[in-house]
Amino acid sequence: MDPTTTHPWPLPTLAWIPLLPLIGAAINLIFGRWLPKRAASWIAIFAVGAAFLLSAYEVFGPLFAEYQAGRGGIGIAQTVYTWIEVGSFKAQLGFRLDTLSAVMIMIVTFVGTLIHIYSTGYMAHDPRYRTFFGYLNLFTGSMLILVLAANMPVMFIGWEGVGLCSFLLIGFWYENEAFATAGRKAFVVNRIGDFAFLLGMFLLFWATKGHQGGASLDFANLRDAAVVGPEYVKGLWGGERLAAAAGILLFIGACGKSAQIPLFVWLPDAMAGPTPVSALIHAATMVTAGVYMVCRLSFLYASSTTALIVVATVGLLTAIAAAFMAFAQTDLKKVLAYSTVSQLGFMFVAAGTGNSTAAIFHVGTHAFFKACLFLGAGSIMHSLEHEGSHTPGDIMTMGGLRKRLPITHATFLISCLAIAGIVPFAGFFSKDEILGGAFGVHPPGWPEWYGKLLWAGLLIAALGTAFYMWRLYFLVFAGDSRSEPAKHAHESPRSMTGPLIVLAAFATLAGFIGFPHFEHIELPSFMHALSHWLEPSLTHDWYASGQPGVQAIAGHESDATTLLLMGLALAIGASGIAGAYLLYGRGPSKTVAELVAGRLGPLYEASKHKLWVDEAYDAIFVRPFKALARGLFEIVDRFVIDTVAVNGAAFVIGILGRISRWFQNGNVQRYLVGVVAGGALVFAMTDCRHKATFDYKIVGDQIQLHAEPGDGIDGAAASIYWDLDGDNQKDTVPGNPNKLLDQRDVTVTGYNGPITMWVVDPITREETKVTRTIDLNIAAPGDKPDGAQGVK
Amino acid sequence: MNTLGNFVLPLILGLPVLGAIFVMCTPKTEVALHRGIGMAVTVTTFLASLLTLSYFNPHEAGFQLVADIEWIPALGAHFKTGVDGISVFLVILTTFLMPLTLLGTGKAIDKHVREFIAAMLILEAGMLGAFVSLDVFLFYVFWEVMLIPMYLLIGIWGGQRRLYASIKFVIYTMVGSLLMLVAIFYLYVQAGAALGSYTTDLEKLTTVSLPYGAQVWCFAAFALAFAIKIPLFPLHTWLPDAHVEAPTAGSVILAGVLLKFGIYGFLRYAMPLFPHGAAVWAPTIAILSVIGIIYGAFVAFTQDDVKKLVAYSSVSHLGFCALGIFALTYYGIEGSIFAMLSHGLTTGGLFLGIGVLYERRHTRRLAEYGGIWKQMPVFAGLFLVIVMGSAGLPALSGFVGEFLTIMGTFIAGDTLPSGYSLPMPRLLGGLAATGVVLGAIYLLWMFQKVFFGKLDKAKNGRLPDLNGRELATFIPLVIGIFLMGLFPRPLLVVMEPAVDKFMRDFGRHVGEPDCAPHKYGDGCDKPAADKAQAEIQKNLDGVAKGAADVQHTMGAAGSAAPAAGSAARTPAAGSAAPAAGSAAPAAGGAAANAGSAAAAAPGRPTP
Amino acid sequence: MSDLIWNIGYAHFLVLAAILFLIGMIGVLIRRNALIILMSVELMLNAANVTLLAFSRMWGDLSAHTFALIVIAVAAAEASVGLAIVVAVFRGRHNVEVDRLNTLRH
Repeated sequence: MDPTTTHPWPLPTLAWIPLLPLIGAAINLIFGRWLPKRAASWIAIFAVGAAFLLSAYEVFGPLFAEYQAGRGGIGIAQTVYTWIEVGSFKAQLGFRLDTLSAVMIMIVTFVGTLIHIYSTGYMAHDPRYRTFFGYLNLFTGSMLILVLAANMPVMFIGWEGVGLCSFLLIGFWYENEAFATAGRKAFVVNRIGDFAFLLGMFLLFWATKGHQGGASLDFANLRDAAVVGPEYVKGLWGGERLAAAAGILLFIGACGKSAQIPLFVWLPDAMAGPTPVSALIHAATMVTAGVYMVCRLSFLYASSTTALIVVATVGLLTAIAAAFMAFAQTDLKKVLAYSTVSQLGFMFVAAGTGNSTAAIFHVGTHAFFKACLFLGAGSIMHSLEHEGSHTPGDIMTMGGLRKRLPITHATFLISCLAIAGIVPFAGFFSKDEILGGAFGVHPPGWPEWYGKLLWAGLLIAALGTAFYMWRLYFLVFAGDSRSEPAKHAHESPRSMTGPLIVLAAFATLAGFIGFPHFEHIELPSFMHALSHWLEPSLTHDWYASGQPGVQAIAGHESDATTLLLMGLALAIGASGIAGAYLLYGRGPSKTVAELVAGRLGPLYEASKHKLWVDEAYDAIFVRPFKALARGLFEIVDRFVIDTVAVNGAAFVIGILGRISRWFQNGNVQRYLVGVVAGGALVFAMTDCRHKATFDYKIVGDQIQLHAEPGDGIDGAAASIYWDLDGDNQKDTVPGNPNKLLDQRDVTVTGYNGPITMWVVDPITREETKVTRTIDLNIAAPGDKPDGAQGVK
Repeated sequence: MNTLGNFVLPLILGLPVLGAIFVMCTPKTEVALHRGIGMAVTVTTFLASLLTLSYFNPHEAGFQLVADIEWIPALGAHFKTGVDGISVFLVILTTFLMPLTLLGTGKAIDKHVREFIAAMLILEAGMLGAFVSLDVFLFYVFWEVMLIPMYLLIGIWGGQRRLYASIKFVIYTMVGSLLMLVAIFYLYVQAGAALGSYTTDLEKLTTVSLPYGAQVWCFAAFALAFAIKIPLFPLHTWLPDAHVEAPTAGSVILAGVLLKFGIYGFLRYAMPLFPHGAAVWAPTIAILSVIGIIYGAFVAFTQDDVKKLVAYSSVSHLGFCALGIFALTYYGIEGSIFAMLSHGLTTGGLFLGIGVLYERRHTRRLAEYGGIWKQMPVFAGLFLVIVMGSAGLPALSGFVGEFLTIMGTFIAGDTLPSGYSLPMPRLLGGLAATGVVLGAIYLLWMFQKVFFGKLDKAKNGRLPDLNGRELATFIPLVIGIFLMGLFPRPLLVVMEPAVDKFMRDFGRHVGEPDCAPHKYGDGCDKPAADKAQAEIQKNLDGVAKGAADVQHTMGAAGSAAPAAGSAARTPAAGSAAPAAGSAAPAAGGAAANAGSAAAAAPGRPTP
Repeated sequence: MSDLIWNIGYAHFLVLAAILFLIGMIGVLIRRNALIILMSVELMLNAANVTLLAFSRMWGDLSAHTFALIVIAVAAAEASVGLAIVVAVFRGRHNVEVDRLNTLRH
């Protein structure tokens, strides 16, 4: 693809970035059993660390040069080989490093490395230590494929690969049936998303097939103006653009991966996995894949306001609902899980308001502070478990850990400040960007006030975030210890606290690269580094007529408004913290108990039961699915097809066989019965009892009569008498009145009356009488003039 | 054409037959010798089949390595074999699976070992023969040849209800294949008349166009035989029974190779021979395939018997293959062939895995397992790869086939040749894609039930992990699954010319108007067609005139005579309408006279 | 009625023959005893004889008498052979029920 890129290794440089962790995974998974523990973890850490260094080199070396040359959106593209090729369709195993994927690989490899290091401490006593590192490496490799992919099929490799790793890592402690089920649930829910993702991919393929370069599903091709302009804005269904259908389908895929309504249910359950997994996969990296994908396809979403409004609305609903569900959770990791879902909602609102920069910004800051929170949670649980706690995750049994876990506490505090949106921590800036973008947005087709609604909704979610995070903080660290293990907790080993410190540092500082743009205030350019850096890879403009640049999607307000909004967001965060302090400042307070028992009871129950979503899904989807499956098998397969159709046919044939067997049982007498019955039947059916009649022929005025008394004995020996004068008496032989005329052939002349014939049976003397009238003048129909045979 | 290459196919057909004869000549008690011979012969056959690849020219579309020996001169039947891009990999799949199957069976079969080996070898010969034969009659013979050893495998070495299962299998297959034989006879007679000489040579027969109605019926007869083999939705119930009762080896071969004959038969015989018939039946088969995909997945989920679960998963997976070929796009057909190859590896692997479990625990009930991962980690890992390959995880073999078939269906509406249509291709593609979700549900369900959870059944406590023999069975499969998933292009590229030829021929033939049996390309007798069209025009004029008469009569009410006259004409006018209508595909088996064809149904070029 | 009794014609003979034949046939079909079956066969043969003679009279043709004589001779031969077999079977198996003589079936 890019002939100028030379690579000293047998494979393109970019390919090594995902390949290194994959090789590490292969070594650990295949040969792990023969490796010492230390070697296994070092191989894994080395693989990810090397990928990190390589990424850093690629990003700050060649890509930076490209960026400065104004080709940041094209970046570096390298192809390993052609993966699938059919007809005109070509999917190359190609990787593209542009400014967008650069941000992602840096986050993935950096956070990944830290979490690998952390895991050496956290998983030190697990019997499947090597497998764990193998999976972690496999996950990192898949994630890197996902973000580096140059086309959608390759992205799908990573997309499904991270799903598989998620399944394996959530169910890592598979002996617990519930954990295994959680892993399966994650995979299946992800697959539902993947199904929509596939369809969206096909729709894009269908849309672009007519264009030069073919329908390769390559991002560069999909983004090509020749495709975007005419194709995505084409009407598809119900007056909507094709981009709407494709965008929504792909977004459903993103919902599966990034745990948005309605597919978020797997993420809280995913906390069954080891904590480093929760930190790496279910907070920092994999769940952001959906956001990344939507940003990667920002050109597609920019072509349809419908798709945008769907993304933004789902994001908003998820942000609020998940924040609400987090209020009453008592499991440390569950709170963090809902917080993740909620924060992902924020990111989708950003993506849905065309503010992809903010979305990616939040992905980055969230990766730092949420990974830090999760790892901190792991550190807390690790120390409690050490002291013999059986419910290490229950925040109600903690409290007063500030002194005992100083480093964990400090880093946790920083991250809590960051997520609550307090200046100057990273979360403030990224969240503010999202809020500010939503406030001013109104693409064509959106109601005027919709941006304000999104903004207001997000503020509520932000208030909730600050509240539940600080509730968590106070319950864990403040007040007195509420259980024995908590009283004796010790700080975790250095391999665990080290990554915490690094992450906390980033959670503090990362925000400074994404200051909002002011009209009148000039800031140092590094403060806008992120948006400048991402600019070439994203599309911020609304494709009204298929051409970009008509109108920016994200809103932009005056300096005063921007500052006002920033202040408001800060105030909201602070008030959330204050609220949490009032209620939980010294551990679980009486006020809370009273509120929960009293007016807020129903709300508390709803939050505690996660709005009964799991139960509802069970009733609406899972049970009917099982019942339908069972019913199809029992009714359609077993009964209709097998019993009625297949065995029914066999049964009928069997009955026929049994009937015919009665005749053919080898008994000669039965055969004879058959012979006799058959003979009688033949006799009855044969026309041997032919009815007597006579023929006639008209010659001139003569009628020549011929008797046909029938076959057999009756006919041959019968006597035939005639009445040829209409007196109804048997005629006699002319000249002998005593002798009856007994003849087969007679002739009558000039007579028009009825003619009667008697046939007398020679044995029984039974008489049969036949009477017909023949009119000489009017020939009956069917009578030919030359006198052919008449009616029989 | 390399003269040496022409002997490769007869060689790989002959090897198993000779092996079977040889093994039957050895003393009955020498069990180890029998197994050794079986392995030696199948491995040799596999190596010999690799020769086909070396002699195969991947850029050529037509049949290669053709060997043509006169067989029954009185009938015009030849012993003619050859491969093209469609069949060459199926041949290799067969020869590849065979030694693995014997290896995987190991000592699990301990009675009548000699006969078992002989049956397997004859089965291999039958399957290979059916894949490579280029003569309809020869194909039919091989088709029946492979039925008998499979019947014996299920009936002699099967489980408890083996009699029921084996008889069901045979009767199902026979019902289909006998109708196919009738259609073959009809084709033989008609084509003989059109060609001037009687022949059963496939390539010559495909040049003959039967009349429309005949094609519809002949295709239906072929389709029934193939649909039973696939198996398509309402005809599938023999498969679970056969799988459950068959020994591991039987299941592997049944799922791995035998089912592919349905799809292969459509591609090689039914569709090229009767393109108009295919066009008529395509919507039905496509819809049944989609139903099969979803239905098979649903039913698989509710099974407690692991083998039944995998059997129903085959119904689901083969639905993709059937859908792919009737989508009639490059993606669909190549994806379908690829999915067949992948299904051979993955489902073969699944059955071998179940065999491993069965040998250790002697039960196939899911409820009896659980927590096996702890006891058999190596097996669990390998099995996971196979399961994921079957579920269509990208970078493993299953994905490519599923992806391409669904994509092929999804975009089918745009490139179909005139005279061929598929209802709502995007809906069909979308529904088929739900198979991706459903596949994950039932396969992971099975995996969880077997490998995850607590090791709480006492009998599962001391299961040994895979031994060397079993490892040697699984590792080639797993490597194959990875290779096919990572490097599908070499296979796809080889298929491309043959598929391209298939598509072009089919597209050309299905667009031709029909008339009495004739050779494709010669076209209809043009004057006759013109005359027929003129006749129809006249009839249509008659309709108009009749209508005018009726109006006239109504205008001049009172006179009885013209009314009678117009009444006498109206039937003639009415009869013209059905004649014009019968050319539409909907008319199905309507008698095809020259006139009906010329009345250019929508989408068909008017002669 | 009186006509039927006093005016005896061909019909009477033929009906008699038919009745005889029917009795014989039913005997052959439903009886199990080989001896009775043989007797029934004799009845059928004689019914044929009666018919032959009746028609011989009707047509005034004497050749039917020849047939009747031949039938009688054959019937005698058949009866003797048949009886011999029956006796032999009875000696061996102590019964002559035909449906129990099914050794060849097994």
